[in-house]
Amino acid sequence: MIPAAVGYVRADSTEEAVAALREHGDEAKLLAGGQSLIPLMRLRLARPGLLVDMGRADDLRGISVDGDTVSIGALTSHSDLEHSAELAEVCPLLAHVASQIGDPAVRHRGTLGGSLVHADPASDLPAAVLALGGTLVATGPDGSREIEVSDFFTGFLESALAADEVLIAVRIPISTGGWSYQKFNRRAQDWAIVGVAVAESGAGVSLVNMGSTPLRASAVEAAVAGGAGVSDAASVAADGTEPPSDNNADASYREHLARVLTERALVDAGA
Amino acid sequence: MPGTPLLEVGRLVHMTPWGFVMEVSVTVNGEVRTVDVEPRTLLAHFLRDELGLTGTNIGCDTSSCGACTVLVDGRSAKSCTMLAVQVDGADVTTIEGLAGKDGLHPMQEAFHECHALQCGYCTPGMVMAAVSLVDEYSDLDADGVREGLEGNLCRCTGYQNIVKAVLAASE
Repeated sequence: MIPAAVGYVRADSTEEAVAALREHGDEAKLLAGGQSLIPLMRLRLARPGLLVDMGRADDLRGISVDGDTVSIGALTSHSDLEHSAELAEVCPLLAHVASQIGDPAVRHRGTLGGSLVHADPASDLPAAVLALGGTLVATGPDGSREIEVSDFFTGFLESALAADEVLIAVRIPISTGGWSYQKFNRRAQDWAIVGVAVAESGAGVSLVNMGSTPLRASAVEAAVAGGAGVSDAASVAADGTEPPSDNNADASYREHLARVLTERALVDAGA
Repeated sequence: MPGTPLLEVGRLVHMTPWGFVMEVSVTVNGEVRTVDVEPRTLLAHFLRDELGLTGTNIGCDTSSCGACTVLVDGRSAKSCTMLAVQVDGADVTTIEGLAGKDGLHPMQEAFHECHALQCGYCTPGMVMAAVSLVDEYSDLDADGVREGLEGNLCRCTGYQNIVKAVLAASE
């Protein structure tokens, strides 16, 4: 399939991207690595009037540690996350989750910011950042603001980002406690049918593909905090979720997977 | 898209009877190519239809099969999941650019020696993905090769010899 006709402008800095979004409004769509947007355009499920290509805004790429926080530029690729020795030291969950996305070719192009803004409940990185309790930094015409990741995902493929805002960075507290990522799929390179991320030995637990947004498994976190055993904590993993039914799994099977994978993840994380 | 205002982005842009086009200048297999393209043109179609480099195959058109894999700035990318405008200024290598003046690339040689192809349709993408994989990951074992090539499908299911070839080339 060939995408519908579209205009194109290249923005090599945050300022240029914000200016382009302000000028072109709803018609404009930011392009980062394109690993989600281009397939949607090819299927014509997305038909933006104008692409604002930020792919080469190099000021938004990179990983840096400052005190107890690691800051990651929005355009840092999955591959850069996967191979960063620094990230493996201060936030091994995120580095590992990045290595589990798609395949190497996808990881070379796909970006952390693109994945978060796309807000696909079946994606790996949004759930990892949720479990880690990250803060997202967005810039718009009126300057920058911070958004807690727990407030960021507002609906299916929808985020708290305004139409004229650009996600520029993600700040994550250093997290070296017990962690695990359990991703269940039938074929290599597929999205997770269900996934579970655990940070800090169960203080942060999140679910992939268990609703219209990436979800925090608050009931599991509360059970772990209250001293419950792993099996008891995992037994409430599907509480309050409304998982989808599709060709891969119906809702009740997803609820079962959430409980099983949460138990495995908690054990793996040493909870 | 007739009626769309022209955008000046430091590159020539203009309207044609079939819409908005922009000039893309990209190094392909060592040669600078400058071509006017519509922004919606996929890199795979650009390589095949504009540059005549039909060694890059298109299999699934859904980012799944990897038949269209090329190197962009030395790293594997699925050319059906990139726009030609995204490689403006970049360095692209296709299967046609892999062999040097001294003969086949070691990965091509290994595919030949290990009989790592049956129908051959996946082979260009498989070879390009394998070149990138060996460059990116050190100490690959058979499991690592299988995992690393998860984005490249061989419908003849000839994976055994493909894994053998990649391991041979990585030594």
